[in-house]
Amino acid sequence: MKFAVIRFPGSNCDRDLYNAAIKSGAEADYVDYRETSLDNYDGVLIPGGFSFGDYLRSGAMASVAPVTAAIKKLADEGRPVLGICNGFQILTEIGLLPGALIHNDSHTFISRNESLKIVNNQTAFTDQYEHNENVIFPIAHGEGHYYCSDETYEILVKNNQIVLTYNNNPNGSRNDIAGIVNEAGNVCGMMPHPERALETLLGSEDGYRIFDSIAKWGDK
Amino acid sequence: MRFIEPTAQDIKEQKLYKEMGLTDTEYQKVIDILSREPNYTELGIFSVMWSEHCSYKHSKTFLKQFPTTGEHVLMGPGEGAGVVDIGDNQAVVFKVESHNHPSAVEPYQGAATGVGGIIRDIVSIGARPIGLLNSLRFGELTTANNRRLLRGVVSGIGGYGNCIGIPTVSGEVEFDSSYDGNPLVNAMCVGIIEHDKIQKGTAQGTGNKVIYVGLKTGRDGIHGATFASEELSEESDAKRPSVQIGDPFTGKKLMEATLEAIDMPELVGIQDMGAAGLTSSSSEMAAKGNSGMTLYLDKVPVREEGISPYEMMLSETQERMLLVVENGSEDKFLELFDAKELDSAVIGEVTDNDRLLLYFENELYADIPVMPLSEEAPEYILEEQEADKDEAREDYSNEDLENVFIQLISHPTHGDKSFIFDQYDSQVGANTVKESGFGSGVTRVEGTDKAISMAIDGKSRYVYADPYNGGKEVVAQTFRSIIATGATPLAMTDCLNYGSPENPIIYNQLSESTKGMAEACLALSTPVVSGNVSLYNENREGSILPTPVVGMVGLIDDVNFMKSSKVSEGDALYLVGELTPSFSGSQIEKILENRIRKTVRNIDLELEYKRGISLQRKLVNGEINKISPLGRGGLITKLAQLAGYFNLGIDVNVDVRKDLLFSEGASNYLVVAESGMDIEDAVEIGKLSGDKFSVKTKDFELIQSLIEIKAHWEGAIPSCMNYVD
Repeated sequence: MKFAVIRFPGSNCDRDLYNAAIKSGAEADYVDYRETSLDNYDGVLIPGGFSFGDYLRSGAMASVAPVTAAIKKLADEGRPVLGICNGFQILTEIGLLPGALIHNDSHTFISRNESLKIVNNQTAFTDQYEHNENVIFPIAHGEGHYYCSDETYEILVKNNQIVLTYNNNPNGSRNDIAGIVNEAGNVCGMMPHPERALETLLGSEDGYRIFDSIAKWGDK
Repeated sequence: MRFIEPTAQDIKEQKLYKEMGLTDTEYQKVIDILSREPNYTELGIFSVMWSEHCSYKHSKTFLKQFPTTGEHVLMGPGEGAGVVDIGDNQAVVFKVESHNHPSAVEPYQGAATGVGGIIRDIVSIGARPIGLLNSLRFGELTTANNRRLLRGVVSGIGGYGNCIGIPTVSGEVEFDSSYDGNPLVNAMCVGIIEHDKIQKGTAQGTGNKVIYVGLKTGRDGIHGATFASEELSEESDAKRPSVQIGDPFTGKKLMEATLEAIDMPELVGIQDMGAAGLTSSSSEMAAKGNSGMTLYLDKVPVREEGISPYEMMLSETQERMLLVVENGSEDKFLELFDAKELDSAVIGEVTDNDRLLLYFENELYADIPVMPLSEEAPEYILEEQEADKDEAREDYSNEDLENVFIQLISHPTHGDKSFIFDQYDSQVGANTVKESGFGSGVTRVEGTDKAISMAIDGKSRYVYADPYNGGKEVVAQTFRSIIATGATPLAMTDCLNYGSPENPIIYNQLSESTKGMAEACLALSTPVVSGNVSLYNENREGSILPTPVVGMVGLIDDVNFMKSSKVSEGDALYLVGELTPSFSGSQIEKILENRIRKTVRNIDLELEYKRGISLQRKLVNGEINKISPLGRGGLITKLAQLAGYFNLGIDVNVDVRKDLLFSEGASNYLVVAESGMDIEDAVEIGKLSGDKFSVKTKDFELIQSLIEIKAHWEGAIPSCMNYVD
């Protein structure tokens, strides 16, 4: 598997995500947001950070960047797309995932190790976890409150699209949602940072299996 | 001239130099240097370069005392930041800087630009930042204004650091009424570099080109350095235009572009445009390179039409760097900056004369000899007077100590700081070993097993009580924080925050405390490699407490020992050191007497070093599980903080007079280890166990539920911040 780690101006978890992909045995390249083709890649990783400063609205400017059309094309072809934090915000802005991320209820940035639950281990991103397994991933966001309409929520539940939930909801997210997949199951967005949870020395190694899973995507 | 501004004659007759903070004597000195009266642009340049913030005119004499060399020091003070060897051709680069005055006026932007500025200092050396720290002081959170300042400063620090993607790994905060309306915001940044990439801010090589890169210059922050060197007053709000606006998004692009530019062999020198912007960067680079420099200011990228050379030279627009590159290579740099979507332009060249010449559309606006501008800044030695000593109070055992204890752990200074630290991204970069919030930060050096330990601390009440020994204690306290992570302390940076040096008592605080600090640096083998001074920290009520702040870094050779060292139920607790009456500047004194008795404080630096290094080795060897230096509020406060943080009960019996639980003597630690260990100067006092917080002495017993203690500790700041202001 060869991943494109998309670099927008203002991305700041690009190195962490690249390192996670390499550590799990995949190949990866940094790809500039001005690229228009991702034909050489098997999947896309969209890192956290503050693309274009998030000055307008998180992910809003990135959603009209030249590389966006190529990400959509790759997703439509069923290849894996993982967006973390700002990457999740971008995926909702470009319409690959439903709902939106709005300001935390506290209206402050929240950064800490958060206890989460893998509520769906039937996706190709989470198939190495037990059902309802508790994991620790760091969170670090100001706009992480997952918001969607009742209608959308029902669809998410019906299709089993909710992947990850907070055990102690830090930001007001609807029904504790921390991460979801699209209906086809190949596009995943989450606010927590599994790429920062690869080693016990750093507080948690619970995130590694996500990268190990997608590195083996081609075998699935 | 196309800009309407006062003439040299107007300046002289109406003494306009006074408005810029220059005295009659200083103005005369400018005339002597130029052999004529300065015009408006030239006067502006001299006034910012000779401000305290840029010239250290009141503090230079004290800074000279600091030891600045040592086995590991690669580059000491004088450049953007200090550089210290950590082996394997790698080095650590760090500095602390104040942004007090801007934060008092506009807390969010004041703090944000403080962080941005210190990051650029580190990046301009060529290093990639790996950690941010901050040291904060506010008035008590009982007033709406102090709560507003805390909210603004914390979100400003987070707003910049989180966005640019550098983890904020440690910090400290204290609340005391002396900081009412004059908060202290000191930001520190630590970076990593390879030895052969260390850059200097120098302009050399006649004909070499001067490149400007970063945000377009606007009228923001004009005279910021001068503002930072005055007392805050009722008119300070009117200085809001002197506060700069941070743009971390451009800051991030500029950081990445700069780190790429540093790999280009044609780069001659680089300096960030911080305080006094284009003026200090251009004149300091020319001075360091023994060169002259000519700038064509009409080439400077500007945000709007009509900005005069005076405004351009004094603007403190953020996110800008000045580079000197080899003649002929300039297009290569401009292309790099274009690719990074940054504004850049060639704005001048290096010359072989000694002049700083500023042109705008072929008209000459300034002609100043380079050397005298930076080298002949006035230096003052002022009158000093030692404060009268007070009588010491050595016994508090007749007081209601349980009540004092509850007040202490419910106070924002001693309580849980999650309210603050949770607003900072502490883990971006995926190398943060230790969660922030309890002592120093530890960041692994990517791709190695080494880690950098970093801490920042200030102990102003001790310095007020006894400036000389208090100065030693500030260095020692930070040393202890580094020791507590298992690191070997390497070197330090300092930020000297004081009131007006024109007050002889404050001048004495400055003089005595820096003397003490210098002695401690020598004794503890932590030379000073960078620093900053912030004077005139006064409000309507008077001066702030003398607050020298020390930032220190240490090296951990193999960080993997931390995987196994942890604190758990049943571990034994040891008190290392002796509890003797040491109450001047203490927290019990603050609560019960609301004053600071000026008496001698004691510290034995030889013992400090020996004990510290011995404990550090024991931690690394796995003989002990945790080291926690005693500080504000004494042993009992440390026990409560430990219980709250680890959610573990305390069962302790100490063989001392009960008020000594609150004593704040130097060089003492609490150590967590297995029971029955033989640790020098230590006595086993109990264990971490149960669901109670139980502390006994011969004549005292305090037993509370862990839940209750934890609630006081966790609620200290949130309970103050729940007000809707």
